[in-house]
Amino acid sequence: MDAFTVLDGLVVPLDRADVDTDALIPKQFMKSIARTGFGDNLFDSWRYLDPGEPGKPRSERRLNPDFVLNQPRYRGAQILLGRDNFGCGSSREHALWALVDYGIRVIVAPGFADIFFNNCFKNGVLPVRLPADEVDALFAAVDAIEGYRMTVDLHAQRIALPDGRLLAFDIDPFRRDCLLNGLDDIALTLQQADDIRRYEAGRRDLEPWLFAGG
Amino acid sequence: MTTPRTLFDKLWSRHVVSERDDAALLYVDRHLVYEVTSPQAFEGLRLAGRQPWRRDTVLATADHNVPTTSHREVIRDPLSRQQVDQLTRNCDEFGITLFPLGDRRQGIIHVVGPEQGATLPGMTVVAGDSHTSTHGAFAALAFGVGTSEVEHVLATQCMWVDRMRTLYIELRGALPHGVTAKDVVLAVIARLGASGGTGCAIEFGGDAVRALSMEARMTLCNMAIEAGARVALVAVDETTLAYLEGRPQAPRGARWDAACRYWRTLVSDPGAAHDASLAIDVSTLRPMVSWGTSPAQTVAVDDRVPDPAGESDPVRRVQMQRALDYMALQPGTPITAIRPDRIFIGSCTNARIEDLRAAAAVLRGRRVAPTVRQALVVPGSGLVKAQAEAEGLDRLFIDAGFEWREPGCSMCLGMNDDSLQPGERCASTSNRNFEGRQGAGGRTHLVSPAMAAAAALAGHFTDISEG
Repeated sequence: MDAFTVLDGLVVPLDRADVDTDALIPKQFMKSIARTGFGDNLFDSWRYLDPGEPGKPRSERRLNPDFVLNQPRYRGAQILLGRDNFGCGSSREHALWALVDYGIRVIVAPGFADIFFNNCFKNGVLPVRLPADEVDALFAAVDAIEGYRMTVDLHAQRIALPDGRLLAFDIDPFRRDCLLNGLDDIALTLQQADDIRRYEAGRRDLEPWLFAGG
Repeated sequence: MTTPRTLFDKLWSRHVVSERDDAALLYVDRHLVYEVTSPQAFEGLRLAGRQPWRRDTVLATADHNVPTTSHREVIRDPLSRQQVDQLTRNCDEFGITLFPLGDRRQGIIHVVGPEQGATLPGMTVVAGDSHTSTHGAFAALAFGVGTSEVEHVLATQCMWVDRMRTLYIELRGALPHGVTAKDVVLAVIARLGASGGTGCAIEFGGDAVRALSMEARMTLCNMAIEAGARVALVAVDETTLAYLEGRPQAPRGARWDAACRYWRTLVSDPGAAHDASLAIDVSTLRPMVSWGTSPAQTVAVDDRVPDPAGESDPVRRVQMQRALDYMALQPGTPITAIRPDRIFIGSCTNARIEDLRAAAAVLRGRRVAPTVRQALVVPGSGLVKAQAEAEGLDRLFIDAGFEWREPGCSMCLGMNDDSLQPGERCASTSNRNFEGRQGAGGRTHLVSPAMAAAAALAGHFTDISEG
């Protein structure tokens, strides 16, 4: 996983509550067995006017000019500003793979769905929870100022705004450490292999029916 | 005297391997796997040279993208075929039990697990699917996860989970005629909102829950995620034990007796403190129909499509208007005036034998309305299908004009050929009415199996609590 330290990036606003993972990546693109190549189909049914199918090249698609990601001023955005319950619905990690492939590394919203929130950290994406009134103010600022950028500093746990204001955010220290260092969380857990084996032996005594031949 | 504990606390503390800050490394007892969210996890194991920690805890089947027509052993769609074949290869390579197409035990993973007794009380259950909350009906701590976590659980038998708050929902009273567990959970979601349960484990209790079958409890827990709750729970009682006894993977003999002694303790102790609680008198509930593009956008069948002008929150008001535009509905339209083009009875929410019985009972001796283009019934597993056929339910469906299909997730998410065309409206027993969920441009109304059957006959939603 790529490490995340500081990002200075353009902000794209997606002004909808309850953005679900079906919208982030429609089901027909989940037939892929790879982790890459989903970026062109991020928000497929909102981003394009024609129906999307796997393998259909982007050059043959008709862009929806009204969809925010297609507006020239937001081209190259790496920070997505969203509303409450972002990433609700299906557990599909393909939603994250599509966001990462598109170039999004930070999502700022008042709230995230639990599974999506966890999936972010597994893919080097930083989900930042901010109070709803702060998010309201950011939507207004991004709309008013073309080329609106923010600097997200994970180490300092704060976002620097163009007007000089700093917004602090909370994050679980372990997850922060994993993101800062791009750590492989499986390798970290396997450092506890002895604990897991010890636990397992105890459970086998308590609930032998859960163990084959136990 | 020991402090009274919630069911959630008992299950959580039993599975803690280690702790940090506000999270715990929990041991996983059962891992359910299917074709869509697992290939990248197995590839990850392969690239890192890792093996599954305990392959006997893993059970796999193909469900999400499989065709539901007969003679489907060779899948025509090359991408779906590749994914299903890859699952078979991965299970072969890593020594994992698989119920493939053609096996009577194949079906929707959340139907198959309990049916096999592979889901047992006191377990932690993980699957790369958000509707894993279903298994909480057995007092199992069950989590939907993403693909990276599937890989983590395969490799370590554990997962890090943030501590959750507990929300106790007490369901009191007797269900009126025509009101089912599906209507109850839709009413709960409408009340909590789509994110009201975020960060929570919901325990459903009360006399109304005790009166429900295991199938109905699974429907209840299945949709907790639509209120944002990743975990749902129901305490163990005699109904739980009666369902499990004799299932292929349930313990037997003295071991069964020992298991039951432990499982009977899997209840919230009297006086145990939940972080929040809520009581609902189910005797006042009505059959429910969703009108919008979030499961929380649901009203009673005798109600009308709501008016965004009445919503004070500006973000919600815009969201309601968007939903109305997408659904092509006008505020004030009676729900009973809405006419579905297609009917779908199936999904991990409502494709168990009891669901099929409820729908078939409504259909008996009658015909689907001519305005309905297609009515599909997709059993949750090969064993559910066989049971339904043994009871003659297939004849009732077919005689009424339904198509009787092979098991799979089917039109719940439309990954296979069963999907809506743009603009089509569907009465669906599934769990999500998101934009495009059942097919790009498709419009979903979430309902119970009995309501789906009644709408198929009438050609519009109808108040099944009458008569």
